[in-house]
Amino acid sequence: MPSSFRNFFLLTHFMEDSTTLKQEKENQELVEAGQPWEEMVTASSQDPESGLSEPPEVEQGPEAGPQTRSSPPGIPQSGASTPVDDLTGPGASTPPSPPQEPSTSLSPLALARQDFMAPWQSNKTTSVISEAGTPPSDHLEQPSDKGESTSHQTCQSEGNTFQLSQQTKCHLYGPRDVSYNNSKEKELRFAISQEKDSNSNYDLDQPESGASEMAPNMLEIAIQNAKAYLLKASSKSGLNLYDHLSEMLTKVLDTRPENPVDIIENISQDVKMAHFSKKLDTLQNENEMLPTYEIAEKQKALFLQGNLEGADQELEDEITEHALPNVMESAFYFEQAGVGLGTDETYRIFLALKQLTDTHPIQKCRFWGKILGLEMNYIVAEVEFREGEDEEEVEEEDVPEERDNGDSEADEADEDELPRSFYKAPQAIPKEESRTGANKYVYFVCNEPGRPWVKLPAVTPAQIVIARKIKKFFTGRLDTPIVSYPPFPGNESNYLRAQIARISAGTHVSPLGFYHFGEEEGEEEEEIEGGRDSFEENPDFEGIQVTDLVESLSNWVHHVQHILPQGRCNWFNPIQKSEEEEEEEEEEDEEKEDEKGEEPDYAEQEVGPPLLTPISEDLEIQNTPPWTTRLSSNLIPQYAIAVLRSNLWPGAYAFSNGKKFENFYIGWGHKYSPDSYTPPVPPPAYHEYPSGPEITEMDDPSVEEEQAFRAAQEATVNPTEENEETEEDEDEEDDYD
Amino acid sequence: MDAESLLLSLELASGSGQGLSPDRRASLLTSLTLVKRDYRFDRVLFWGRILGLVADYYIAQGLSEDQLAPRKTLYSLNCMEWSLLPPATEEMATQTSVVKGRFMGDPSHEYEHTEVQKVNEGEKVFEEEVVVQIKEETRLVSVIDQIDKAVAIVPRGALFKTPFGSINVNRTFEGLSLSEAKKLSSYFHFKEPVELKNKTLLEKADMDPSLDFMDSLEHDIPKGSWSIQMERGNALVVLRSLLWPGLTFYHTPRTKNYGYIYVGTGEKNIDLPFML
Repeated sequence: MPSSFRNFFLLTHFMEDSTTLKQEKENQELVEAGQPWEEMVTASSQDPESGLSEPPEVEQGPEAGPQTRSSPPGIPQSGASTPVDDLTGPGASTPPSPPQEPSTSLSPLALARQDFMAPWQSNKTTSVISEAGTPPSDHLEQPSDKGESTSHQTCQSEGNTFQLSQQTKCHLYGPRDVSYNNSKEKELRFAISQEKDSNSNYDLDQPESGASEMAPNMLEIAIQNAKAYLLKASSKSGLNLYDHLSEMLTKVLDTRPENPVDIIENISQDVKMAHFSKKLDTLQNENEMLPTYEIAEKQKALFLQGNLEGADQELEDEITEHALPNVMESAFYFEQAGVGLGTDETYRIFLALKQLTDTHPIQKCRFWGKILGLEMNYIVAEVEFREGEDEEEVEEEDVPEERDNGDSEADEADEDELPRSFYKAPQAIPKEESRTGANKYVYFVCNEPGRPWVKLPAVTPAQIVIARKIKKFFTGRLDTPIVSYPPFPGNESNYLRAQIARISAGTHVSPLGFYHFGEEEGEEEEEIEGGRDSFEENPDFEGIQVTDLVESLSNWVHHVQHILPQGRCNWFNPIQKSEEEEEEEEEEDEEKEDEKGEEPDYAEQEVGPPLLTPISEDLEIQNTPPWTTRLSSNLIPQYAIAVLRSNLWPGAYAFSNGKKFENFYIGWGHKYSPDSYTPPVPPPAYHEYPSGPEITEMDDPSVEEEQAFRAAQEATVNPTEENEETEEDEDEEDDYD
Repeated sequence: MDAESLLLSLELASGSGQGLSPDRRASLLTSLTLVKRDYRFDRVLFWGRILGLVADYYIAQGLSEDQLAPRKTLYSLNCMEWSLLPPATEEMATQTSVVKGRFMGDPSHEYEHTEVQKVNEGEKVFEEEVVVQIKEETRLVSVIDQIDKAVAIVPRGALFKTPFGSINVNRTFEGLSLSEAKKLSSYFHFKEPVELKNKTLLEKADMDPSLDFMDSLEHDIPKGSWSIQMERGNALVVLRSLLWPGLTFYHTPRTKNYGYIYVGTGEKNIDLPFML
C-alpha cells in the first residue's frame, strides 16, 4: 500500500508541475520502474543540471538561512539543526524557494532550470518518505505546496518525533548531493540501507562542522544525535526504537506487573502486536460483537415483559402464574444434588418460560431439560395446552402418507412392462392422538433464552422405532436432515421429539403415592385394553421419608407410559385394520390373498409395564443397575434430599425431598449401552427372479457324450428334427417369461 | 480448573449441567488448599469427577513449576481425604482396555475378565480360560491418563516455553481474541507434543517456538471430535469433547479465565464415527 500511494503521489505531483520533456521521461521511468529508489537515480541524473543552477540557489541560500534562524531558539532541536541548515544552504540546493518567487524574478532560462528543479524536489520528498516509512499525508503535501524551507520550520516548531526524523534526513541531503555533484559516480544504485549508512556518517561529521561555527554545548549535541539515531525509523516496520521503548515503559508503569524484567520480551511483543491489531479493529470488531448485542437485546425484552402487562389482565395472570413452574426452587434442589445449570442461566430460562406461558394458552408448563448439540443447545419446555386450544395441526401428516400409496399404485399401472415389485410396505401404524400416549404433552424448544420458542411436531411410532436404532448427535438446528441407516423419517426436530419421548418414558419418576389413578376412569373400557393412561395428583399424599426414598427403589414409580416396541404407548393392532382396508384388493387378486395367508392372522399384543410401576422392576442393563440413589449430603443428613440418577439415560436426574419432586435431563440425548453401537444389518436382497433348473448353468458335454449324441442323431434323423423344434419352442417360451 | 478459582470456574462450566453441590464445593476449597501444602504443589487443578454406580471419584491433580512435567493425580470419595494414585504405565492401559461398563465407586473392586490363552503341551494345543482380576484403582489411573492425553487442553499462549526448556504459566496471557477463540487451532493439547515433529518446514515457519510447542486440536482424529460453541452471546467459549463425553473446556475471551473439567462415566465414546 505505501508504494502504490507513493506512486500516486508522485504522479499528481508531476501533473502539478506540468513540465515538458523531463516530466515525460520521469513518467516513463516511473511506469517502468515503479520503485522509489529507481527514481532516486533519475533524480541524481538531473543533479548535474541542478548543479548548474547553483548561482541562483546561492542567492536564495541566505534567504532560507535567516528564516530558519527566526524560528524560536528556545526549542533544543532548532539549536542543533540550524547549523546544518547553514551548511546545506550554500553547499547545495536543499531549501528550494516556493515556485512562485523564482518564476516572477528569474529569466526564462532560470525558469527552465526551475522546472528541472521541480521533479528533483519531488524525488527528494519521496526518498524521504521511503526512509521514514509512511508519514501522514498532510505533511507530505506541505513540501509540494510551499517548498521545503517552510516545511522545515513547521517541523522544528512542532517538534514531533516523526518530523524530527524527517528533518534530520532532509538536512543530510545537502552534503550528500554535494558529493554526488562532485564525484558524479555511478554508485547511485545503492540500496537505501547503504545510503542510510552513509547518511549516518555524515550525521557524525556534521556536528563538528556545526560546532566550529556555532559552538553549542557538545553534550547536548551528542544527546541529540543519540536521540536522532534512536528515532530513526526501521526500513521494514516503520517503527522507531525511541517510541517503542517509551511505549513499553508506559505499559510497564501503567500495569505494574511483578518482576517485569522476566516478561520484558512479552511486553515488547505485545506492544508491537498492538500496532497491527488496531488496524484490524475497524474491519472486524463490529461484526464480532454483533451476536453479543443481539442476544442482549433479545434478553432485554424478557426482563421488560413484566412491565408491559396492564392491570386489566389480572385474571389471566392468575392462570398463567399457575401454569408457570417455580424453576428456581427446583434448580435449588438440583444444585444440592450437584447438577443443573448456573443460577444466571436458570433465571433466564425461567423468564423465557414466563414468556412462553404468557403468549400461549398453556395449562401446565415444566422445564424439561437441556439437550446439548454440536453447534447450539436445546432448552426444552414440556407444555400442556388448555382444553380445546391445541387442535391446530391435526392430521396434517396423514395426508402425505396416503398420497404416497396412491402414487405407487399409479406407477404400477403406467409401467406394467417393468418387473413389478412384490414388496408391500407394512401397514403404517398411526400416531397417537394428542393428549395420549407419547403425544401426551407438547414440547417447545429454543436455542437460548430470549430466542423464539419452536413447537416440536407430534411424534409418530415409526420415528420412535427408527430412533431406537440410530445414534446421532444433535446439531442445534431443527431443520437439519438426519442422515442415517436405517433412514429416519423426518429431520432433526422429529428426531429430537422422538428422543424426548423416549427419555420421558424412561426417566420420569415420582415418589410412590404422589399420583394415583383417577376413580372415574377406573371402570371405563381403557382398563380392558390393558392399562390406564391417566392419573391425577393424590390429595392425600403425606410424603415419604427421604431415607426410604434413598434405600428402596420401590418407593419410586414411573408416571409416564412405557413405549411399546411398536412405537406407541397403547397397543395398536395393525392386522385388523389392514384387512378392512384391503378387502377390495383381495377380491381382485387371489394371489395376494394367498400371500396374506402366509402371514400370521393374529399379531401378538405387545404389553408393557402399566403406569405407576415401581422402578425397582426396571430391567438391568447388562449387570448395571438402571438407577443410582444418593443422599445429597452426608454431612447434614437431616436436611438432605434424595437424588436419583438414571444410568440408562446418563444425564437424567430426579430429586425428592419427601413431598416435592422434579425430573430433569441434561445431556446429549443418547441412551447408555455398555456395548458399542452397531448399525443394523441391511435386510437380505429380494430375489430378482425365481431360481429354477431352466436358468441354472449346465456343464459342457464331454467328447464321449457328444459322440454318443451324434451317433444317436445319425441313427434317427426324423425324431431329432422334432426334438429340435420342441426345444426351440421351449426357448421361446422361456424368453417370454 | 484451578482449585483457587473453583467457584468462578464452576459457574463458567455450568452450561453442561454438571456442577458440584454446595457441600462438595466447600469441602474441596478447604481440602485442596491442604493438599497443595502437604504435597508441595505449585498449582492444584480440580480435574473433575468420575461417576460410579455406588460412589463418585473426585480427582485432583498437582502440578510442579514445570507445567508439562509429570502430574501427580489424587482421588477422593468424600472430597476431604485424598489418596495419591500411581503413575500410569503402558501395561496398565493394555490391561484395563478389556474392561467395559461403568465404574463402581469402590477402588478395591475387582473386575473379572476371562481370557482365552493357548497353552502348548508338546504337540497339542490347549485353550485355557484364565480369569484376570483387574482392580478398579488401576482402571481409574489408566482412564485419567487417557483422558489427559486425549482431551486435556489449554488455549494458545496460556503457557510458554522458556529458552531453558521448562514450561511456565504465561503471566502476560490476556485471553484469546474473539476471532481466535472460535478456531480449533487456538487450543493445544496439554501434554508433550507428538505431532509437532511430523510437521513440514512450511507449517513450522509460522510458529512461535515459545508459544507453539504443543499439538493443536486442529488435526485431531476423528475430525469433528470437538463441539465448539459460543455461549452467553459470545461472552464465553465452550469446547465439549465428543470422544470423551463429559469433558467441558471453557474460556472467557480476552480474560485469563480458562480451564477444563471432566464429569462423566469414564468411558470413551467409540461410537463417535456413527454419530456425526
